[in-house]
Amino acid sequence: MLRYCLHRLLVGLAMLLALTVLIFTLLQLTPGDPIDAYIDPNVAMTKEAMDALRARLGLDQPLPVQYLAWLSQAAQGNLGHSLQRFNETVSGLILSRIGPTLLLMGAGLSIAIVIGIASGILSAVRRNTVPDYSLSVLALLGISSPAFLTALLGLYVFSVRLKWTPSGGMLTPATDFSVGDLLHHLILPATVLSIGHAALIMRYMRASMLEVLNQDYVRTARAKGVKEFWVVTKHALRNALLPVVTLIGSTIGLAVGGAIFVESVFNWPGMGLLLISAVETRDYPVIMGATLVIGACVIVVNILTDLAYAVIDPRIKVA
Amino acid sequence: MTSEPILEISNLRTVFRVRGREIAAVNGIDLVIRPGETVALVGESGSGKSVTSLSVMRLLARRIGVIDNGSIRFRGKDGKTKDLVTLGEEEMRQIRGNDIGMVFQEPMTSLNPVYTIGDQISESLRVHRRLGRREGVEAAVGLLDKVGIPDARRRAGQYPHELSGGMRQRATIAMALACDPTLLIADEPTTALDVTIQAQILDLMQALQRERGMGMLFVTHNLGVVAEIANRVAVMYAGRIVETGPVAEVFKAPRHPYTMGLLKSMPRLGTASEMKRTGAKLPAIPGMVPSLADLPAGCAFAPRCAFARDACRQAMPALSPVNDHHGSRCIRWQEISA
Repeated sequence: MLRYCLHRLLVGLAMLLALTVLIFTLLQLTPGDPIDAYIDPNVAMTKEAMDALRARLGLDQPLPVQYLAWLSQAAQGNLGHSLQRFNETVSGLILSRIGPTLLLMGAGLSIAIVIGIASGILSAVRRNTVPDYSLSVLALLGISSPAFLTALLGLYVFSVRLKWTPSGGMLTPATDFSVGDLLHHLILPATVLSIGHAALIMRYMRASMLEVLNQDYVRTARAKGVKEFWVVTKHALRNALLPVVTLIGSTIGLAVGGAIFVESVFNWPGMGLLLISAVETRDYPVIMGATLVIGACVIVVNILTDLAYAVIDPRIKVA
Repeated sequence: MTSEPILEISNLRTVFRVRGREIAAVNGIDLVIRPGETVALVGESGSGKSVTSLSVMRLLARRIGVIDNGSIRFRGKDGKTKDLVTLGEEEMRQIRGNDIGMVFQEPMTSLNPVYTIGDQISESLRVHRRLGRREGVEAAVGLLDKVGIPDARRRAGQYPHELSGGMRQRATIAMALACDPTLLIADEPTTALDVTIQAQILDLMQALQRERGMGMLFVTHNLGVVAEIANRVAVMYAGRIVETGPVAEVFKAPRHPYTMGLLKSMPRLGTASEMKRTGAKLPAIPGMVPSLADLPAGCAFAPRCAFARDACRQAMPALSPVNDHHGSRCIRWQEISA
């Protein structure tokens, strides 16, 4: 078990390294010069002064040297300074933004998992009935509605028309912190984020459950006189969960992309918003740092998913 | 053997509804089992023998398999006789695993891969006798010991994939017997096992049955197994019982051409080398089992029967009594003999 974790961590580290190389290279291919964003456009600057600034920032060095310089610092935990926000370190920025993002993603995925699994079970157990058909149509709608549509629609209906939820932000400004206020702000973006995932999980859960309900051991459980509720929730569910766990693990990477979008629509002060503003202002250190942290989170979650597998299915020996 | 029957199936008809059509997988069978008696239900795949056993348990695929007619009168542990066909689902659930135990064909797939053997064996005790988890596991260890699994305590904590096929089948037998049922239904319990293990499992089932005085419905396609374990045999063909009687009598003097064919096509010890030398083939019944959706008008076996007459193709022969306890669904049973 420990060896397996170490192995997976090493592979994850290699993937992270490859990710940083990729992002670094891609950033160089984007048009524009970071120095443009760094200087004050209203102050005339000589070429010498610009070159001096370039040299001071290390931007005159060959790319591999620049990359290695970044890497050696990053390895020591120093992700550098923001080019745009003076006196702010990248790690400080990320640290202040990661909490809200984890909260939003955690809430969104939890809603998706609970709704997806419950409706998937219901659909399978009542297959070819009205509830099954309705849920299947809803799932199809959920999968085929892009987040920009559901986010804007949600905002229009629940914030603008019904005025049930605030239209953005994480907390009401200039008030004391309260959990209720946080949840009030959280519910709409988290729900929007969950829709696509809930629909996908529901479809997988339904298919997997239908297959498992036809297994011999389910019939054995019924032959023992186990109540139908327990036949489904004890005997069938645990077996049917396996493919769904894989799906959930692999959609977490996707959820990051979704979260970035939802954060920008709902003005949620998380990593997504940070990343978008960093891209807009060519804040290279922040882009690198944020990508690194997001990548690390996805890899850790994937390792946890594989471990969850071994917990659910005793046949899988993690070694 | 004269005691009150524990199971009395009369005129049972079970149909499958597929794409608007009704196909009778079991078409009017009668069967009686008394305490301590083993009745074997024999037939080829698709003859309706498994559907009969699933009908008794009311475990047919929902909305597809339906008991259309007939009654299944069962005397439970409380001594009361109920008709399982009309029983409510909740009452039926209380009978399953408690009054009637069932052993299935595939020990590999009939155990849940994600729960321990001990958990699965004790489950019916927890369900029907409200045993706690710890008492349940203790009982499971006792049962595993009873069915001849060495090192029962360790085995109870293991998962199905850690046990061999024979051990798993012993475990499913322990599972079926946990609540001391009065009737055990075994649906081809030895088919998936090695021959040497088959004999052990049969011996075990026989010993446990004698000890507990249970009735047993033993579904199989293997006549050798029938000879070993059963008191009476019912031969099924295309959803009907074509011959029924005491095993010794039916095997010695079968009165239905299908039974005769089945017995003839059984290889006998010592004849193999002889047959190889003379180039003889093992006798087989010509033709195929007819599709249940497309049965011939008269006797379903007529197209494959060497004795068939025009009369056979006109109407389904009734089950005629050869003697008090031996019947044959053949109009020419008096003329034919093996």
